Amino acid sequence: MEELRLKSYRFRAEREADWRALEAVLAKAEGRGAAALSDDQLLAAPVLYRSALSSLSVARATSLDQGLIDYLENLCARAYFFVYGTRSTLLERIGRFFARDWPAAVQGLWRETLVSFGLTLTGAVAAYVLVIRDPDWFAAFVSPDLAQERGPGASTAALRATLFGKRGDASELSTFATYLFTHNASVALFAFALGFALCLPTALLLTATGCMLGAFVALFVTHGLGVEAGGWMMIHGVTEISAIILAGAAGFRIGTATAFPGDRTRLQSATAAGRQAGVVMAGVLVMLLCAGALEGIGRQTIQSTPIRYAVAGATALVWLTYLYLPRARSQADGRR
Amino acid sequence: MAVVEPRARPAAGPPPPAAARGVRRELITPEGVDLDVQLADASERAGAFLIDFSIMAVAMILLTILIAAAATATRSKTGGSVMMVVLLLIWFLLRNFYFVAFELTPRAATPGKRILGLRVAARDGGRLTADAIFVRNAMRELEVYLPASFLFARGSGVDAWIILMGIGWCAVFVFLPLFNRDKLRAGDIVAGTWVLKAPRRKLAPDMAVKAHVAARDIVFSQRELDAYGVKELQVLEEVLRRYEPRTLAAVAERIRAKIGRQPDPRFSDGAFLDAYYVALRGRLEHRLLFGRRRRDKFDAP
Repeated sequence: MEELRLKSYRFRAEREADWRALEAVLAKAEGRGAAALSDDQLLAAPVLYRSALSSLSVARATSLDQGLIDYLENLCARAYFFVYGTRSTLLERIGRFFARDWPAAVQGLWRETLVSFGLTLTGAVAAYVLVIRDPDWFAAFVSPDLAQERGPGASTAALRATLFGKRGDASELSTFATYLFTHNASVALFAFALGFALCLPTALLLTATGCMLGAFVALFVTHGLGVEAGGWMMIHGVTEISAIILAGAAGFRIGTATAFPGDRTRLQSATAAGRQAGVVMAGVLVMLLCAGALEGIGRQTIQSTPIRYAVAGATALVWLTYLYLPRARSQADGRR
Repeated sequence: MAVVEPRARPAAGPPPPAAARGVRRELITPEGVDLDVQLADASERAGAFLIDFSIMAVAMILLTILIAAAATATRSKTGGSVMMVVLLLIWFLLRNFYFVAFELTPRAATPGKRILGLRVAARDGGRLTADAIFVRNAMRELEVYLPASFLFARGSGVDAWIILMGIGWCAVFVFLPLFNRDKLRAGDIVAGTWVLKAPRRKLAPDMAVKAHVAARDIVFSQRELDAYGVKELQVLEEVLRRYEPRTLAAVAERIRAKIGRQPDPRFSDGAFLDAYYVALRGRLEHRLLFGRRRRDKFDAP
């Protein structure tokens, strides 16, 4: 058979083996991760990637085989995402997140956090005052499925029973606790996502959450159970409500960055805010998990009000020092 | 990392190939090569989401049935409530982490995106971080779950009006990808990501290999080869790849008329086109080496 004299054909015939090798490496890495590659393959990958890139440049300049150019563009893009993809291991990433990124992001949002806290507090105080004056307001703030048997009509004994679960109905309580956890985690995510809609919906949601809290406290106070209810709520509430407030702050940051981008374009501004808020939100999730654990385990096993307050105070102290204690500057720079 | 602000391909550059579809964006690697990535279409993204959503829904229904069956089998109140706790947690995890978990894998795509050949990438060409993936999916709360809750809400009178306005308000976020140049949804805007086409493409056979056997017997003059440019060559490549007899006949007829050749009974239309393809490509690639890319037949030879 007569040798084909097209230069582009010879070019392709000479390099095709390299492309196939790169394709095999990529198929393996995309399927089971970089860990599945052998040492040889791992070392070969960047070399093969660069040779494929140079092939692409040559092919664009000299070859008119469109099938080949399409293939090379696709192959190079896949290889690019692999070669320049995430390098740090998950463990390193998690370590840096807890050591530096999370507290730094939270400190960066202090203004938004104050606003967020203020709104929740305002809601709580307003609802508290209203329900103390007229218990009928309770229904306006708390949805029936969240209130369950707690309501203005409930007897003091029934309310006391909800605070100090007996061994027998622990299972019922844990179902309710799980429901509350998923509900509150959704509220946190929601407060964050709504921030994109220019802050106002987040403000409403935070105020409503505050109202709900205030109404609950007021209900128990009217039955003379204020102190006990505080312990019941605070043992995990400190963590959980802080998480919701931080999520709201993250939402505010995104909303303000989108509404008032300053010198940057709206898109750049939103992306920069999103990066910071994302770190805070990952932290919020950790806090929610802690809150879930405190709620599911701590509240069921610890039945004494002073100890509940002690745990609540300890968690508040831990979160405040961890998130807001200034870090040594050199350490922060060294890790970067 | 050397990345240029994404912009549409300038009109003066090389024209997109005949087979090109979709919107292309510049992505310059640190080596200085433009990867010329393709954005996913809004329809593809909607399709991927529907597939993912169906998978989630089926998984939830199956798990619910399974756990309900297990709960009835235990026949105790405690067993039932433990199952309820498990179910609530699974719902929560599925709803919030289905997308995150799949996009954290090396393919950076959920099953729906994989089926349609899409992937998530960082818009600045840098690394796709876990934070970005988390943020882009946390935004689904606003784009999916809130509109859904409005859609399933019931009310009359003032409530109905509030729900209607809520739907209108949510529509702004739901249809956001249709109204910006890079087809970004709210989550993409905030997380600094976009969704690209990344199918696994096979290396198509070189059409010249099959065709050059015929090329020996049919010789074209230079004037005959100067009739067409690169664009027409690529159309011809597509025609030869498909190899449908009726198209071949029609295209061969057009080319013969253009270059002023009579049909030769010794060669089939396919053989004629094969030969013309190899000869034209040889001619155009030869000119390319001398720095002359003839874009199409209207370009000066």
